This record gives sequence, C-alpha cells and structure tokens, in this order.
Amino acid sequence: MTSVREWIASGRHAVSDRWHDAPRWMRWSVIAAVIVFFYALPNREFYQWLGPIPTTGSNFGQVLFTVSIYVLLAVGLNIVVGFAGLLDLGYFGFFAVGAYTVAVLTSPSSDLKTLWPWLLALPVALGLTMISGVMLGTPTLRLRGDYLAIVTLGFAEMIRVAATASDFLKGQRGFNQIPHPPGTHADGTPVFGVLDPRPYYWLVLTLIILVVIGVRNLNRSRVGRAWISIREDEDAAQLMGVPTFKFKLWAFASGAFIGGLAGALFAGKQNFVSSQNLELLNSIIILSAVILGGSGNIVGAIVGGGLVAYLIERFRGIEVLGIELYEYRFMFFGLVLVVMMIFRPQGLIPNRRRAAELKDRRKEVMVGG
Amino acid sequence: MGETVQQPTVPEQAGAPAVESTAGGREPLLEVDHVTLRFGGVVALDDVDFTLYKGEILGLIGPNGAGKTTCFNAMTGIYQPSQGEIRFRGQRITGKKKHHITKMGMARTFQNIRLFPEMTALENIQVGADAHHKTSVISALFRLPRHRREERDGLEKAKRLLDFVGISDRMHDAARNLSYGEQRRLEIARALATDPVLLCLDEPAAGFNPAEKEELLQLIRKIRDQGVTVLLIEHDMRLVMGVTDRIVVLEFGKKIADGLPAEVREDHRVIAAYLGVPDDDVA
Ligand SMILES: Nc1ncnc2c1ncn2[C@@H]1O[C@H](COP(=O)(O)OP(=O)(O)O)[C@@H](O)[C@H]1O
Ligand SMILES: [Mg+2]
Repeated sequence: MTSVREWIASGRHAVSDRWHDAPRWMRWSVIAAVIVFFYALPNREFYQWLGPIPTTGSNFGQVLFTVSIYVLLAVGLNIVVGFAGLLDLGYFGFFAVGAYTVAVLTSPSSDLKTLWPWLLALPVALGLTMISGVMLGTPTLRLRGDYLAIVTLGFAEMIRVAATASDFLKGQRGFNQIPHPPGTHADGTPVFGVLDPRPYYWLVLTLIILVVIGVRNLNRSRVGRAWISIREDEDAAQLMGVPTFKFKLWAFASGAFIGGLAGALFAGKQNFVSSQNLELLNSIIILSAVILGGSGNIVGAIVGGGLVAYLIERFRGIEVLGIELYEYRFMFFGLVLVVMMIFRPQGLIPNRRRAAELKDRRKEVMVGG
Repeated sequence: MGETVQQPTVPEQAGAPAVESTAGGREPLLEVDHVTLRFGGVVALDDVDFTLYKGEILGLIGPNGAGKTTCFNAMTGIYQPSQGEIRFRGQRITGKKKHHITKMGMARTFQNIRLFPEMTALENIQVGADAHHKTSVISALFRLPRHRREERDGLEKAKRLLDFVGISDRMHDAARNLSYGEQRRLEIARALATDPVLLCLDEPAAGFNPAEKEELLQLIRKIRDQGVTVLLIEHDMRLVMGVTDRIVVLEFGKKIADGLPAEVREDHRVIAAYLGVPDDDVA
C-alpha cells in the first residue's frame, strides 16, 4: 500500500520536475494543446471519440458551461483562500450579486424597467460586486480566521434571504427574459442563442484564460508576495512593511470581481435568475474544489473546480441497482473529500512549496523513527 | 540624510553620565522617553529611558523576562506604551502603523524566527524590498513599466543581500527548509531589504555555537560599517562586550545601567542581576 503510494508520488514528482525543467517552447505547446482540446471538447464530432467522458444524462455542452463557471469561481476563490489565506465561506454571495445586478438591470420583470442590454449591465455588475467585496471586507478583514469565516457565511445567507423575501428581488418567481450577450452571425442569427450552449462555454473559457493570465501576473508581483506573506505570518508581514489591510481588501475585491463575472455570465446564459440558484451548498462546493485541487495553486484551482463540477454532473442519469446516483452525489462528494484529506491533504496539484514541506515532514518522521 | 537634528529633549538620567561622554554632539536616532508598558498587572517596562545615537551599535541586555523583547515590540508598533513616548528620527512613533514605522527606516528580526516559511529565501527578502515599492494592483495586473522596474530592482537587491549574509546557495529553497543558522541570517537579510536606518536584532545569536557567534558578530560589524545603526538584544553578556559601543541593561522592566561596555561590566547592580543576588544585598 505504502509502496504503491510512494511509487505514484515519485512518478508525479518526476512529471512535475520534468515539466519545470522542460524548455519554454515545449511547455507552451503543451498549454496550447490543452487549450485547443477544451475549445474542441463540446463538439460532437470530437467528443464522440472520448468514451465515457461525455455525460449521458444531460447535454454535454450545457454540462461544460456549468463546469466552466465553477472553474472561474474556483480561480477567484483561490485568490482569497489560497493566496491570502482568508477563509471565505460565503464566496457564492458575490456570484449572486453579479447575477442579480444583471437581472435587475436587464429583465422586463424587474421593477426598474431599465431593460439594459447584457453588455451594458456587465460593467455595473462587476463594479457592484467589487464594491460589495470592499464593503464586506472593510469591517471584517480586521477580524481573524474564524470570525471572518462566520461573517462571510452570514453575508451569503443574507443575500439569499434578501433574494427570497424581498419583492424587489422577486423571490422564487425570479427574473426572466434576461438578454444574452451581443453578437450575430453573418446570416443574422444571434451568436448567443437559446438552444446551443457551446458559444457560452467558449465565451467563459476565453474569459477564464484572460482571468488566469491576470491572476498569474498578480501572483508573480509585489501583490502576490504580499498576499502570501499575509497567509504565512500576518504580523511579520506588517513589520516588513506590507500594508496588510489594504492587500487583504484587494484580495477580497479581486475575488469578488471574478465571482461577479461568473454570476453575470450565468445570468446572460440562463435567461432566468431566481433565489433557487442561491444554495448555501454552492459556497461550500467551491471551497472544497479549491482545497481539493490544491489551495494556493492556480492550476490546482482549475482542476479542482472542473473536476468537482464535472463529477457532480456526471452522476446524472446513471442508475446502479435501481438507485439514481445523482440523488447521492453529495454523499460521494463528501466521501471523496474525506478520503482526500486523509491521503492527500495538500490537494491534487499542491503548490510546489507546500509539496516540498510535506515531503520534508515525512523525512523528519522517518529520521525520528 | 535630510532630517534636522532634534534638540535632545530627553532629560539625561543622573545615573548615566556615560551617555553624554560617548555620544556628546551626536545625533539621536531613537529616543525611548520614560516608557512604561503594562500587561494587566505585569509591568513589562517601567519608566525605561534611553537614547540611541546614529551610527552606533547599542546592546540591550538583561536576564530573561527583563523586558527586552517588549521594548522592541513597543518600538515597532506592536504594543502601545501605557506612558511615555518613543521618537524615531525626531518623529513620535507611538500610535503609528507598523508598516509606516518600517517605511520610516526601522527594521527588526524576531527572537523566535518568523520568516514566511513557504516562500523561498529569495521571496522572503523580496517582501522586505517591496516595503518601498509603489507598484499598484493595476500596474502588476498589466505588467506595466513600473512593475517591471521595481521587480528587477527588488530581485537584484534580494540576490545581493543573500550574498551579503552568505546563503546564496539556498536562494530557491523554501525558508522552512533552511537550517536554523541560515534562517537567522535570512531574517537579517529580509530586514535589511527594507533599507533600514536602524536595525533591531532580537537575540540573533541564540542557539549558536561560539564559531557561529563570531561569524554573526562579523556580520553585525559589516552592517554597521554600511551606515546602519544597530540595536542588539542579547542575553549573553560576554557576547555583546566585543561588538557594542554602548550598553543598556534592563532588569524586571527597569533600566539599571547605561554606559560603555567596560563600565557596565563593573556595575555592581548589573553583576547582581546576572548573578541573581537580591538587590538588598547589593545595596
Ligand atoms: N503579550 C504579553 N502579555 C503578557 N505579558 C507579557 C507579554 N509579553 C511579555 N510579557 C511579560 O513581560 C515581561 C518581559 O518579557 P520579554 O520582553 O519577553 O522579556 P525578554 O525579552 O527580556 O526576555 C515578562 O514578564 C513577560 O512575561
Ligand atoms: Mg526576549
């Protein structure tokens, strides 16, 4: 058992080392191939060759769209939890702010009757989510760990209750006829229609790439170092001249921005937003995705978010011994989490430094024993 | 340096004439002005009063629990004095934010090493170098020229400092994987990266063997020779004798001596404090 695990671990280290030692052009071509693969993925001509990967119970393009939204959310939450080390249990609240802002400004069922196009509502939604991030962060980011977790949990719940109870936000009836993103084909048909989910998926995929480039730039700068130093030792960071409060707010605001973007994209695709979209569980799923993938690592967050969302959807329509597996999806999910935490607490793709740390600890134990 | 020479507003204590004789006419850099600091019932600093002059190496010594670390904590903004105030480069720093005090030119290390364990040695120092950087989030997001310039400068400085403290070979290793001695050196390098005028070292030689201690003293002298004023906390009195220009001795939160190393060594109260003789017996 141990030897098998050691073997897998050493294999993975070899892969990781080879990756980091590989010439630049080789790494870029691998990345390019991966990107091309994911652009091609929702096409039937392509995925029919992929065996059991496409979902059977639901439209694969639709599933990919959902998965891509979760990936975006995981990348955003990873800034807050993985980099800055701030435990945010209500991250989905920012998704809600983004989706609802678009809904209120664009939908005919809204009391405002502004009927804005989606693209005009988008920057407002992004601005509002960032502001809500700063507003939530200003009083709470002075608090430490557990308090912050509780307050953020309360924030998401507050938004859900407001959406359910207030007339303005329409409760379960929700907002319908939310317009789609703009664009028409040469023949006059809209690019973002009702039937084909693929253009939405491609849009989100493109935005994920842009967001990842941005987050990577931040991570490799003074900003990313400030975030990680705060996670590692907040007092020491302050004493080394890091304005910790300011950078924690930025982590919150950047995370909120990405969450709001995901919400706005969701609203633009779904056509319909109601309080039923706002389950508390969503915040927890995204957090688990980040931890599962490897907190503090962008690729880990992408893999975690993608895998979690995909597996949940994959269960749909599968029956074993007369049991609809989809009904038990969260039980499996919980089980996987528990197993992961026992065998691989650093996540699937840990950040490199943390991996080294864990390897080290094992060595210490071995020397000690 | 551009700052004006402050009038020495601190009344010299009667028992410490040595201050005037060694530092007469020199510019005060740090003034700890009758500072008292209480933790509930514990008086960790009791009317402590001393001045640190530019360019010197001042030793702050005293038995365990004397209040040395607390004094650093008050200076660097972690604790606020219950009474009295601290001035640095002529400005009152009590009540200022910690990162402001760092930017003003005060840097420190910790008695219990507090590096950023998962960051590499290089990154640890880069965080220090960032103290004076102005790259905004937008500038970093789009890799604008200021970001690139500061990034290049910070990296160069970090490498230079790694070399200065002699751990260049550990550049890309996570701080937590460095040996104890390397970690102590890395902490000094990180503090130096903030371009301090005053470097405060809290028991930097703790846990070192004599050879390592000697190397460290060399390093401290090298730092002073670059124009940095040094405040050195040390538990081991013999160690500080060789390197400090002046020594302040604390015991139970009170200053009991302040003078040249040779004078302090002869001071009967200091001897009593270190030998553990009760005050009454000495008096
Ligand atoms: N945060 C704190 N809360 C309560 N008491 C403290 C605190 N920090 C220090 N002290 C007390 O203040 C006194 C001085 O401690 P310290 O400054 O660490 O001594 P030194 O560094 O000289 O060994 C000790 O009695 C210690 O217990
Ligand atoms: Mg101490």
